[in-house]
Amino acid sequence: MVAHLLRLKLTLLRNGFRRSPWQLVGLAIAGLYALGLVGTLVVALVLLRTADPALVQTAVVLGGSAAVLGWAVVPVVASATDMTLDPARFTSFAIPMKQMLAGLALGGLIGVPGLATTLVALATVVTWSRGVLPVLGALAGAVLGVLTCVVVAKVVTTATASLASSRRFRDISAVAFMVPLVLLGPIIAGVGQGISNSTAFLPDLARALSWTPLGAPWALAGDLHAGESGPAALKLLVSCAAIAVLAWCWKLLLERALVTPPYAGTGKRKGSRLGLLGLLPAVPAGAVMARSLTYWFRDPRYSGSLVVIPLLPVVLVFQGAQTGDYFSLAFLAPISAFIIAWSISADVSYDNTAFALHLATGVSGVADRLGRALACLAFALPVVVVFAVGYSGFTGDWTGLPGQLGLSLGILFTGLGLASVVSARYTVAVPLPGDSPFKKPPGNVGQTLAVQFGGMLVLLVLVLPEAALVIAQLVTGNGLFGWINLVAGPALGLVLFVAGVRLGGKWLDARGPELLAQVAVNR
Amino acid sequence: MRGLAKRFGEKIAVDGISLDVPPGSFFGIVGPNGAGKTTTLFMATGLLRPDFGTALVHGIDVWAEPLAAKKLMGILPDGVKLFDRLTGEQLITYAGLLRGMDRDVVASRVGELLDAMDLARDAGTLVVDYSAGMTKKIALATALIHAPRLLVLDEPFEAVDPVSAANIRSILDSYVASGGTVIVSSHVMDLVQRMCDHVAVVAGGRLLAAGTIDEVRAGASLEDRFVQLVGGRSRTEGLEWLRTF
Repeated sequence: MVAHLLRLKLTLLRNGFRRSPWQLVGLAIAGLYALGLVGTLVVALVLLRTADPALVQTAVVLGGSAAVLGWAVVPVVASATDMTLDPARFTSFAIPMKQMLAGLALGGLIGVPGLATTLVALATVVTWSRGVLPVLGALAGAVLGVLTCVVVAKVVTTATASLASSRRFRDISAVAFMVPLVLLGPIIAGVGQGISNSTAFLPDLARALSWTPLGAPWALAGDLHAGESGPAALKLLVSCAAIAVLAWCWKLLLERALVTPPYAGTGKRKGSRLGLLGLLPAVPAGAVMARSLTYWFRDPRYSGSLVVIPLLPVVLVFQGAQTGDYFSLAFLAPISAFIIAWSISADVSYDNTAFALHLATGVSGVADRLGRALACLAFALPVVVVFAVGYSGFTGDWTGLPGQLGLSLGILFTGLGLASVVSARYTVAVPLPGDSPFKKPPGNVGQTLAVQFGGMLVLLVLVLPEAALVIAQLVTGNGLFGWINLVAGPALGLVLFVAGVRLGGKWLDARGPELLAQVAVNR
Repeated sequence: MRGLAKRFGEKIAVDGISLDVPPGSFFGIVGPNGAGKTTTLFMATGLLRPDFGTALVHGIDVWAEPLAAKKLMGILPDGVKLFDRLTGEQLITYAGLLRGMDRDVVASRVGELLDAMDLARDAGTLVVDYSAGMTKKIALATALIHAPRLLVLDEPFEAVDPVSAANIRSILDSYVASGGTVIVSSHVMDLVQRMCDHVAVVAGGRLLAAGTIDEVRAGASLEDRFVQLVGGRSRTEGLEWLRTF
């Protein structure tokens, strides 16, 4: 039965490639990235073979603990990254619980993260090849450590899966998780600074961790090498007991999950309210705009990126405070303009097959493009202006404001125009409607990367005039260039915006059915 | 429909289907799973470009003049998502406004449609929180909002409760009585036999029989005739072990 489950997992993986060869490209990219990381870590561990045992012990225990912690936290953030072996799908088969647990646990190792963790863990055996006992200890530690990783991940996913079955919780948590993710840089920098200020503290931390399930398996070899077999035995016990307890928790959670199917929470509102659909002009473009704006606030895939915008200045100010140089803050308005404008380049992909409604109603391509772009513009324009003015207020230097505004608005309009063209022609891999914004999207990762990078390059070329004017102002110090930019940027941007909407609309009219067929592949 | 054909890679999904649907008829398309019903209807309604052939609606070529043809058609496609972060009321309104209809007309029709579909109480609920049957009904409402002359409904009664199904059927019956044309696909033979006046049998991407119900069933029940046409009904022997529990 365990072999069956493993074979099923492999078959699912293989069939995924059969559906689209681009998935293979995506896996290859992820694999290369992991290979680089794993290679570096393995080389480091091999080199540590000759290092001071106390130092090695600290490094291995801290690294191992971080790995276990990562396996526990990442599934929560990524809300069920890999549900190919979702236990709920086995409800109707009477599989003995023990075999199911073993099969699912081993199945969790198949895939890039599982393989990477296993390889690095096994490399510790080389590090400790300083005698028979340490090698045996390292081997046992690696097996126990990897097992802990997998089981912890399973416990966490199973526990949160039952919690996350309500749509409202999923929506809110997905957006809320965006906040720490964006602030990751400042958080890590802060923690890193704290640690480097107290390096003496690290061995103590490692020693403490080695008595917890997080670090215990990784400490076995070091203790044996130091001849402390008593503590080593105790740590082995800690590790085994932890795995047993975790497995037991997992079994309980799984048993409960199997008999309580997900319940979709219902939020009901009385009365008739049309919201934005009742406010905006009753023409097709207005309807599309109202629908898009509603989605910006209601669909976590959109509102997740909306939450990021106010956090951007926070990140940049923090960075500036660390280096004492606030120059990067000058990019705030242009970058925000770019991010918001570019976010609609995947609009039709986000619609998925709901786009069939646009096709069935025969709404004109221009109305479709214009509605989506205007919805984005409705909040992007104030945000960009506020950011640009805010930067000048922050630095107290108002001479740069016209140029800054010209560049940002130019990028915003040009980006919206270009995105209107791109999303009318190309589909990219995005999370499906109703999925978490963090979920690995199905489909062609390779094409997604090609479209995104290609589009950004084109955008870069299109905004060269505005950028050149800003540079001219910086070099000559002549404020006139700024004022020219303030007029030329939005004017040029608007021309490209109109052209983009027109061209995108034309393409959409001509190729609507093909576009629907493309998005229908990912469902 | 004239010689509609579509190939997906190696697989020929629809292999040259030609079919005349008389105006004012209640036309059923039946066929086993994977027969090409949905693909055919997608091609006939302008949602999927056919490799060969074309479809005409009241003399208008769907693929030459898509906008004019789509004005005449109301479509309930099967297996597509809806803009489900809108409330039921918003979704129907959205469909109406996309068709360029006047706001007041849309508002009054939305109210009546919600009542007819028995969804008035859930008008303010997001469609994503609807049950499967309610979702089907709201999708049907979006297809009706602009008073089309031809309704193309793919599996309209799947997961719909009997009371609502009866309501929808009486709506469709009076729609046909006043001159509208309805095409429904289904694999519930009984339903098609009771509801439709014409029927076409499709299997393996080909048209096996078409005509009025009485012509096609030729004295037998539609279900027996269907099984006979499509074939593939395995003998009821075998599977003896199923009785050895």
